[in-house]
Amino acid sequence: MKRFEIVRNRRWFFLLSGTITVAGLLVMLLFGLNLGTDFKAGTRIQINLNTSFSSTDIRKLFQSEGYSIGQDAITSAGTVNQTAIIRLSNTISASQEAKLNQAIKAKYPHAAGAEIDTVDPIVARDLSRNAIYAVLLSSLGIVIYVAIRFEFRFAIAGIIALLHDAFIVISVFTLLRLEVDLTFIAAVLTIVGYSINDTIVIFDRIRENLKLTKVKTVEDLENLVNGSLWQTMTRSINTVMTVLFAALMLFLFGGVSIHNFCFALIVGLISGAYSSIFIASPIWVAWRARSLKVQKAAKS
Amino acid sequence: MIKWSRLITFLVIVAVILGMAGTTSKQIWTKIPLGLDLQGGFDVLYQIQDAPGKKLDADGVKATVAALTQRANGLGVSEPSIDVEGTRNVRVQLAGVFDQAQARKALTTEAKLEFKAPDGEVLLTGADLKSNAAYEADPNTGKPDVSVEFKNPVKFDQVTKTYLGKGVAIYLNGRMLSDPVISSEITNGKAVITGMSSIDEATNLAKLLNAGALPFPLKQISSVAVGPSLGADALHHTLEAGVVGIVVIFLFMIAVYRVPGVIACVALVAYMFLLLCVFAGLHVTLTLPGLAALVLGVGMAVDANIITYERVKDELRNGRSLLSSVISGSRRALRTIIDSNLTTLIAGAVMYWFGTGTIRGFGVALMVSIVVSLLTAAVLSRYLLLLFTRSNCVRNTRLFGVKGGASK
Repeated sequence: MKRFEIVRNRRWFFLLSGTITVAGLLVMLLFGLNLGTDFKAGTRIQINLNTSFSSTDIRKLFQSEGYSIGQDAITSAGTVNQTAIIRLSNTISASQEAKLNQAIKAKYPHAAGAEIDTVDPIVARDLSRNAIYAVLLSSLGIVIYVAIRFEFRFAIAGIIALLHDAFIVISVFTLLRLEVDLTFIAAVLTIVGYSINDTIVIFDRIRENLKLTKVKTVEDLENLVNGSLWQTMTRSINTVMTVLFAALMLFLFGGVSIHNFCFALIVGLISGAYSSIFIASPIWVAWRARSLKVQKAAKS
Repeated sequence: MIKWSRLITFLVIVAVILGMAGTTSKQIWTKIPLGLDLQGGFDVLYQIQDAPGKKLDADGVKATVAALTQRANGLGVSEPSIDVEGTRNVRVQLAGVFDQAQARKALTTEAKLEFKAPDGEVLLTGADLKSNAAYEADPNTGKPDVSVEFKNPVKFDQVTKTYLGKGVAIYLNGRMLSDPVISSEITNGKAVITGMSSIDEATNLAKLLNAGALPFPLKQISSVAVGPSLGADALHHTLEAGVVGIVVIFLFMIAVYRVPGVIACVALVAYMFLLLCVFAGLHVTLTLPGLAALVLGVGMAVDANIITYERVKDELRNGRSLLSSVISGSRRALRTIIDSNLTTLIAGAVMYWFGTGTIRGFGVALMVSIVVSLLTAAVLSRYLLLLFTRSNCVRNTRLFGVKGGASK
């Protein structure tokens, strides 16, 4: 059976990933990420309704007043859960505040006056900055370990794939205008973990095969890596399938508030499995092939 | 020939794992502290007041948030949510149901410690102490004390030299705790505060001393109990969905890998059970990001098994006997598994060291789940597979997911 030449067709995969990345970058520069209430200056409204309520009713009430309500924007509070806390992703004026209070009074006559505060997202901002540092520093740690256990080129190729996956998820969320909240950070961190783990397993097979065969030409190298990719293909597919099952079940049957989180996981897992095979290893081949040519030129 | 002793050992281990997980999991689950997003807690709103002679500025707000965070952590509540509202309001949300009055006190109480000369002059204050105050029992009387250490031992040495043979009284918030007479010069900067009425009082004082002073006074505006943002209902749905996901993984593993697949499922049950134990034992707060790390851990545990079984299948296809395939396949797979897990472990460790809040929590959950996944997937599952193969129960390689009759 003739197997598909993954390594020789690497240009197409670089092109595909590059296109998504550039498209995501463009949309992000033009429109920015669709930030949720966690990251934006918003409004926090706390009302004691003095009666039990359903969050669906509250959502409808706010929507009819022209406010968009995020997925986890409504929480119940108080010892008997008769207080509603609503987060809006925009600040509101005094006249809007009065109008809103009227609408609430009309629906819940026993409601006490609403407490309305402006929220500064200082903590969420600090956290996302911290997340970026954490991912970059983790990458550095991974580079050092992989450079010692494997070689430097593997380390860099693995990190490019890892950052690629994080970026693909951010791009997809930007393109689809999905809301980014604090759980998104957790999803990206999870994807980073999965991506590097998945890549290292394939690199390990390449390393093992390198010990068994002598690589003289670029063609040898391409054949060896292509072979390694196909040897680990069943494992790559089976592993991502099992994790995808779990993420898909959480997406389909889990709570509404983790919907976007699970979607980010699904996109990231697919990207992570894809990049280990079609991006990380081909990058390594391209780099190694170049130094192979340089060595040859030096010899002749 | 079937080797019964090995088969029985195998079955006993499997039965013990399934039995323990089946009977105690629910109890252990209730002992795991859940984060604010999963179980709710309470919410206090403070207004930051101007300090005497010092107006509140943006840096002051930041310093207050940092001090409150440290105090909340001192309460043993991890991942508190602390938000700044407007220019001078801070909202603190703490997870869990506990003594709210005491928690509020711990957030705002100042421990104003003073060391006073007999003439009432303040010689040293709590600000001169290192933040390593700790409770200790007096070696002679057994009474509760607080041990403290001064940042600058020379300063303390000078005080003990000047007041040798005289009394230096220790005051907490204006109340005298003790009035010890300095009997000798102390050069190492270490001192003990006596006069505590209970161990609780001593540990509380140690915590308050360590938390340091609040840079600005706080006024409480409101305090209310809050429900979980994820919702109790949502958590329930999410857990159910998780169970469905794991069942699907089990079915997949058994369908593809047959007998080894069953062993992988047993190892996965052990993984989840051990994780519950570790989380409950170490009081790691479980939040949504933590759950995500655990899902990743399940994935990596499954991956370790898949890597091993694919290797074993490779060896079988090369015509080796079942036993030698299992031995060499799992040995070769082990190196791969260790390298890939260690790499991810490093990522988790870095997130723990340099991260804050959620990121730190994710790092902890990731490291714990990798270590447990290595123990169950690489050690336990491998041992069970070898034990089962050596029992000679199965000779047909079809039961290992490889086509083509009995092995040699």
